[in-house]
Amino acid sequence: MRVALFIPCYVDQFYPQVGIATLELLEKLGCTVFYPPNQTCCGQPMANSGFEHLTKDCNRLFTENFLGYDYIVGPSGSCVLHIKEHLHLDKLEGYAAASAAAEVRSRVYELTEFLTDILKVETLEASFPHKVGLHQSCHGQRGLKLSQMTEVVGPAFSKPVKLLKMVKGIELIDLARQDECCGFGGTFCVAEEAVSVKMGKDRVADHLHHGAEFITGADMSCLMHMEGILHRQKSGVQVRHIAEILNSRL
Amino acid sequence: MSTNSHDHAALAADFNKDEPRVDWHDQTLWWIRQKRDKAAHTVPDWEALRNTASRIKENVLSNLSEYLQSFEAAAIANGVTVHWAADAAEHNAIVLSILRKHQVDRMVKSKSMLTEECHLNEFLHEQGIEVIDTDLGERVVQLAGEPPSHIVLPCIHKKKEEIGEIFHEHLGTPAGNADPQFLTHAARLHLREKFLTRRAALTGVNFAIAETGEFVVCTNEGNADMGAHLADVHIACMGIEKLIPQRRHLGVFLRLLTRSATGQPITTYSSHFKKPRTGQEMHIVLVDNGRSVHLGRPDFRNSLKCIRCAACFNTCPVYRRSGGHSYHTAVAGPIGSILSPNLDMKKYADLPFASTLCGSCSNVCPVKIDIHEQLYKWRQVIVQEGYAAVGKKVAMKGMNWVLSHPSVYHTAGKAGRWLMGKVPFTVNNGLNAWYRQRDMPAPPKESFGEWYKKNKKS
Repeated sequence: MRVALFIPCYVDQFYPQVGIATLELLEKLGCTVFYPPNQTCCGQPMANSGFEHLTKDCNRLFTENFLGYDYIVGPSGSCVLHIKEHLHLDKLEGYAAASAAAEVRSRVYELTEFLTDILKVETLEASFPHKVGLHQSCHGQRGLKLSQMTEVVGPAFSKPVKLLKMVKGIELIDLARQDECCGFGGTFCVAEEAVSVKMGKDRVADHLHHGAEFITGADMSCLMHMEGILHRQKSGVQVRHIAEILNSRL
Repeated sequence: MSTNSHDHAALAADFNKDEPRVDWHDQTLWWIRQKRDKAAHTVPDWEALRNTASRIKENVLSNLSEYLQSFEAAAIANGVTVHWAADAAEHNAIVLSILRKHQVDRMVKSKSMLTEECHLNEFLHEQGIEVIDTDLGERVVQLAGEPPSHIVLPCIHKKKEEIGEIFHEHLGTPAGNADPQFLTHAARLHLREKFLTRRAALTGVNFAIAETGEFVVCTNEGNADMGAHLADVHIACMGIEKLIPQRRHLGVFLRLLTRSATGQPITTYSSHFKKPRTGQEMHIVLVDNGRSVHLGRPDFRNSLKCIRCAACFNTCPVYRRSGGHSYHTAVAGPIGSILSPNLDMKKYADLPFASTLCGSCSNVCPVKIDIHEQLYKWRQVIVQEGYAAVGKKVAMKGMNWVLSHPSVYHTAGKAGRWLMGKVPFTVNNGLNAWYRQRDMPAPPKESFGEWYKKNKKS
C-alpha cells in the first residue's frame, strides 16, 4: 500500500515530532510511506479568511504532489477536511487537472480515520501510562465525523477514542463539555483574539479540572493554541498529538 | 485584528474585559443548550423530524409566491386586511397608517424580531406613538434603553440584580430587591394596566398557514393573547418566509421549536388567530425587506427556513462569550451572521468572520440550515465584493505567494524559526495578537522536511 504523507505546513515547521510519529506509526502498520518534498500548505488559511480565489496555486501544487498514491494521509482533521471539500481545479486548467484534483480529494484521509476505516487497526503496541484528556477538534469531529457529536441524536462512536483505548496504561478522563470548540479557528485566533483566548482558557480549564496530565487530539492547531495558553499559565500539563501517543513505545 | 471600534471583534473584546461576567453568560446559555439536548434526546425520531421540517420549508421557499397568494386570499376571506411591504420603511408606514386611522397613540406589542429588524419602535416614537413591549425580557431591555441581545431571551445579558435596579428606577419597586418572583409580579401589575388600556396590539407571527389564512403566535407568557384579545385593532407583522403549506405541518414545527429553543416540549401558548372577533379589526403585514433578494442567492436562500428558535445562539461558543450586542444587528448569533450581510453587506461584513466554523450551529438547527457552510461562503462573497481590509488583502497575498513556492516556503520557514529562536522579541511582542495571552510554540531545530531529507531520503 503506497501512502503519501501529508504534513501540514505548521506541523512541518513547528512540530516535526508529530510528522515523525505519524510516519513511524504508518510504517509499523505495514504501509510504504512517501513524503512528497515539495508540499507546502492545503490553502485553508487563505480560504477560511475569504480568499479561496487565491488558492489556485496551492491547489495545483497539492494535486501535483499527491497524485498517484493509493492513499494520502495527514495528521490533521482540519487540513484534510479542507482538501476534501475545497481542493478544486478549474475546468479552465483542463479536464485532466480537474479530474486529478477529484482523484486526490477522494484518496485523502485524516490519520485516525485511515487507521480505523482503511487499515482496520484492532490492536496497537503502544503504552502511555498517563491521565489524558481528548480534545475533539471540530473539523475532525463535525466535519469528518470522527466521533458522534453531542448535538446529534444518534449512536455513540469515536474513532480517536477507539484507538486510544488500545494504548496500554492510558486513562482517558471525562470532560464537562465533551466537544466544545477550543477557539483556534485559523485566522480567528488573531482576528478575534479576545474570544479565541477565552474559549481556549475555558477548554484548558475543563481538562485541568478533571485531572489531565496530557491533552491530546487529532489536530495540532487546536493543541498549539491550548499549549500556548498552558505555557503562559505556567502549567505542567502538556499537549501531545494523538499520533505521538499511538506511536509511543511499550 | 479589528478594523474599527464597532465591529464584532472590538465589541467582543470589550465584553471580555469582565471575565466573571463572560463566564456567567457562557454558563447560563450552556445550561439552555443542555436542556435542548435533553429534550431532543427524548424524541427518538428527532433527526427525521428535523429533516421533515427542512424539506417542508424547502417546498415553501420553492413555491413562495403561490403560497403567499393563497394565504392572502384565505386571510381576506376570513375578514382580515392584508398589507404588503417591500421594505422596512413601507412596513413602518403601514403600521403607522393603521394606528392613525384609529387615532391611537399608545400600543402594546408582543415579541416580533421583524419589528426590531425594521426599527419600528424608534420610528413610532418619532411619530409620537408610545410602544410598550409586553414580553417580560423585551420590557426589561426597553426600560434599559437597549436592544434585545438574544431573539428568544432578550435580556439574557442582564443579571437579576440589574433588573431589580431597572425596575426600581422605572416601576418603583423597592431598591435592592432582586427576587425574580417579586419582580415578575411587579411587571405583571405594570403590564396588566397597559393591556387593559391600549386599543391597539401588535404581534409577531411564528407560522402562517397558506391553506387557511390563519397564523400561530407562540409565547410563554400569554402576552400576545392578552394584547390581541383586549385590543380593538390587532396588527400581525410577518416576514414572507414564515409560511407553511398546511395546518397539519404545524405538528412538525411546534415539536421542534421550543425543544430547540429552551428544552420545553412546547410553548406555553401556541395561539391560533384566524379572523377578527366582532367589532375588532385584524391586519396582517407581509414584509419582504430583502427576503426575495436572499431567495435569489442559491448559496444562502435556505437560511430563510429559520424559525427563530435561537438554538444556534445557545450552542455557539463565540456568541456565549461575546454577547448578543457584539453582533450589532437585530438578529445576532450564527443565523444573524448569515442573514445580516444580505441586508447590508458593508455594515455586516465582520459578522461571517465572528465564528470558528466549528459547525455546532448547523447540528442543532431544527430546519437543518447549513449555517457554518454559509458563513464560509459569505466570507468569500464579502472579500470578492471588496469589503476586506487592505492590510488583510496584502497579508493574504503574501502568505499565498510563500505557500505557492516550495523553495520560498522552505527558506522562509527556516529563517522564521531561526529568528524566533535567536531573537524571540521579533515575534514575542505586543503587535503579535497571538502572543498577548498565549506563548508561541518553541521553534524546533529542524522542520519535518529537513529531518526527512537527512534520515529517510537515501
